[in-house]
This record gives sequence, structure tokens and C-alpha cells, in this order.
Amino acid sequence: MKILSKCYMGVIFFLLYIPIIVLIVFSFNDAGSLSEFTKPSLVWYEELFRDEEALSSLVNSLIIAVSSSLIATVIGTFGALGLHRMKSRYIKGSVNALTNIPMMNPDIVTGVSMMLLFVAVGTFLKTRQLFGFGTMLIAHVTFNLPYVILSVMPRFKQLDKSLSEAAQDLGCTPSKAFFKAELPEIIPGIVSGLMLGFTMSLDDFVISHFVSSPNFQTLPLYVYNQTAHDVKFSMYALCAMIVFIITVILLVVNFAGSFGSRKSRAIRR
Amino acid sequence: MKQRSLFQKIAAAPHILWAIMFIAAPMLFVLYFAFTDADGNFSFSNITSLSQYGNVFILSIAFALIATVVCLLIGYPLAYFMAKQKPRTQKILMVMIMLPMWCNLLIRTYALMALLDNGGLLNSLLEQLGVGRVPIVGTYFGVILGMVYDFLPYMVLPIFTAMTKLDKRYIEASYDLGCNGWQTITRIIMPLTASGVISGVTMVFVPSISTFYISQKLGAGKIDLVGDTIERLFQNVSTYNVGAAMSLVMMVLILISIFVMNRFSDDRTTAPVRGGLK
Repeated sequence: MKILSKCYMGVIFFLLYIPIIVLIVFSFNDAGSLSEFTKPSLVWYEELFRDEEALSSLVNSLIIAVSSSLIATVIGTFGALGLHRMKSRYIKGSVNALTNIPMMNPDIVTGVSMMLLFVAVGTFLKTRQLFGFGTMLIAHVTFNLPYVILSVMPRFKQLDKSLSEAAQDLGCTPSKAFFKAELPEIIPGIVSGLMLGFTMSLDDFVISHFVSSPNFQTLPLYVYNQTAHDVKFSMYALCAMIVFIITVILLVVNFAGSFGSRKSRAIRR
Repeated sequence: MKQRSLFQKIAAAPHILWAIMFIAAPMLFVLYFAFTDADGNFSFSNITSLSQYGNVFILSIAFALIATVVCLLIGYPLAYFMAKQKPRTQKILMVMIMLPMWCNLLIRTYALMALLDNGGLLNSLLEQLGVGRVPIVGTYFGVILGMVYDFLPYMVLPIFTAMTKLDKRYIEASYDLGCNGWQTITRIIMPLTASGVISGVTMVFVPSISTFYISQKLGAGKIDLVGDTIERLFQNVSTYNVGAAMSLVMMVLILISIFVMNRFSDDRTTAPVRGGLK
């Protein structure tokens, strides 16, 4: 049974990884063919680095990911605070349900709905220049918000109520009590919300596809446009590099994560 | 008594405002576009005109269902075996499941296409072996394979999480009370990991039914799913209304299936408790 389970896992993981491995190997194929590997070369990587569009779309992706996750984290953290303290269950419940819509809906519906909003606003303002950085940023903040709320809200729920009261007894104003006594407790939730938003934003293709304009592309949109018609080996090179970077980040995060928790455990002792 | 300052009262205001402007308003515009014609007059014509896409809906639902069932059949044993490993191995395996998840969907699909394409590695290997080329890209099988490949990690991860949270004493108790291994799996482990299965199924079914990149690439443009149709309808201003109607119908379909599934899961999770009380 044990051998059987190992074999099963081995086969599934092999099937899961084989396309990615083939992609990486053939990104070094000089012939630019998928059927035979002639000799290793970096020619497709050179072609990729000569392409300024690739570089600018990478920069755009990073700008959108950083700014949208920061904005969503600020709005979402204060939102979670306000919702947590809110007395009316009715408002709380309906705002929560509303916030979760982008998480429940398929991406294509979220993308289409935002596109229709921008189209309607565009017709109202009689402009066609609406689509671009602004619309993309709004869309990314919107789909990041539920993830920020999701990571911050539990922290507020775990918060000891007497903490804020003690701070106020000791002379803090309510807002000062929040920043000095409560904020440090919820920082881990804020950080994970920020990271989640950043990766979601970097990864998003479908929603961006509907709210973008041809003159503002993110990296996934660039890959989409490049792979729309024929096989391009510089895209293999790009994909291979992205896979490599993600592997490194995942390994570092996991290594640093266990290191960090060990450290904090040591401090607690 | 704690005092609620003005600061705390208005803290949620930007969030609520944002949600109304950019979540609620867009949804209302979907409704508006779905129930109006090109001149802005109320009409049901968009909804009724969807009947011509009946086949597309049926194909999409069938593909998504098959992909979800296959993912569950492959993913459940995988999660089970993963959860039986030592903690250290578990962590490595979890990173290995997450790595493809972190890679963009476009990359995964493109990589799979490179492998399966008619001029790809698999087909040239098959040809050298004397089997001959097998067309996969451009067939129903190819598209479903793409869905399974792309979304399998989304099925495995929640089930695996549910398995690791499962209290080991339940399993010991079940053996003590005379269950064999198979009975323990079907009577204890399966009902107690149903929540993981539900989120896994949702996370596979929803993107499968709404995808358009997978069917574009692995269907070679020959297979039209709901996602492809919506995407195409939104390329042209004159078909925005029909596109909105189609999105609305898909959204309602998904909501209904999630609702039905949650009802179904409630029955299953309470089953062992009822049995125990008798």
C-alpha cells in the first residue's frame, strides 16, 4: 500500500510538472522547434531582452501590483476596522456580501461588469480615453479588497477588547489607542493581505483583459497577445524565467517562514 | 465603557463607498445592459436570443462537470496520500502543489499546448515509436485535459488542508470500534473532509465553466465555450447587450450550482452524527 501510494503521487506530480519542464528545456533549443532539440543556446532569451514591449509590460505589472495592493490594504484595513466595530448587523452583513462578490464570481463576469461601468461612464463623459492605467488600477484594487478583508478581519475578531480600553484608560484618545495598542496586533494580517493582493494582481489576466487599453499592457496581457496566433519561442524563454523566479520566491518564503517562526518562538520563550 | 470615536465611525466609509461604486454599480450595469436593447429601451430580446447559444451552454457545463469530477477522482487520493506523509515531506509536497498554482494560467496552458501540439514533443515521440500522430489539441479531450491540468492543484490543496486538520483520534476510534481501512475512509475521513471537497469543487468548476484561454489554445479555436462567446461578444460594441445577458445567465447558473452543492454537503456532513445518535 505504501509503495502504491508513493507510485501514485510520483505519477501525478510527474504529469503535473512534465509540461513545465519541457517548456523550460525547449526554451534553450537553438532550432526553435518543439519536435527536436538541436543544440542549447540562449538565442530566444536574447530576442526577449531586445523586445522593449516585454520590459515595459513587466514594469507596468509591477507598478499596478504595488499600487493596487497598497491602496486595497489601506482601504481594506480601515474597512475591516469599521465593519468590526459596526453595531448594525444588517449593514455589516450586506457590506460583507457585497465585498465577496468579486471573489465568488468568475473573473470574466467581474471583468465584463467593470468594463460596462467604464463604458457607461465613458459615454456619459463623452470620452474614449478612459481605459488605461486608471481603469486597470481601479479593477485591481476592487478584486484585491476581499482578500485584504479576508486576512485582516480574523485578526480584529481575535483582538482582546480590553486592550483598547486599557490604552484609553491610560490616556489615549480612541484613534491613538487604535494606532498604538491594536494596530501592532493586526500587522501580520495586514502583511498577508498585502502579499496576497500583490500576487493576485501580478497574476491576473482575465479581469485586466477587459479593462485595459492597447497602450497599457501588463505582463500576462503581453503573453496573451504574443501567443494569440503562432508559437513564439521568446515566450517560452519568458515563461521559463517566470517559473524560475516563482520557484526561487516559493523556496525562500518557505525557508524564511520556518526561520521566522522559529525565531519568534525563541523570543516568546 | 469604550467610546466610539468619529474616526471609528467613518473608518469603513471609504471601503463601503468603493464597494458600492466598483462592485455594486458594475453589477447593476450588467443587469441594465442585459435587459435593454442598443437604444437603451427595456427588452427581453437579449435573453431570448441566447437560445441560439444553447449548445455552447450545454458543452460548457458538460466540460466543467467532467473536469471537476476527474479532478476530484485524481485529487482526493493524492491529498489523502500526501496527508499520510511525515510533516517534513508534507511541506515539500505542498510547495510542489503550490508551484504550478503560482505560475500564471497562461503559462501552464501554453506549456501543455507545447507538449501536446500536433508538432509537439509527444506527437513526434509517438511517431518515432511507430504509433503515429494523435491529434489532441483541437479536440474535446484536449480542452478537458487542459482544464484538469490547470485546475487540479485547486482541488488538491483545500482537500489536503482539510485532511491535515482532521483529528487523528477519530481515525483511531474508528479502528478501535471495528472499522476496517476502507470503512474508516468512507465513514470517517470522507464526511469530515467534505468541506475541503466543496471548496475544491467550487475552485475547479467556476474557472472551468468560464474559461476562454484554455479552449482557445487547446481547442485550437474550434471549440466554443461560454467564456469564448462572452469574450467575443464584448469585442464589438453592438453585441455588448447580448454579452451582458450571457454573463448574467452564467452567473445565475453558478450561483444555483454553488447553492445546491452547499445543501448537498450539509446533508453529508451531518450524516455520521445522525447515525451515531441512533
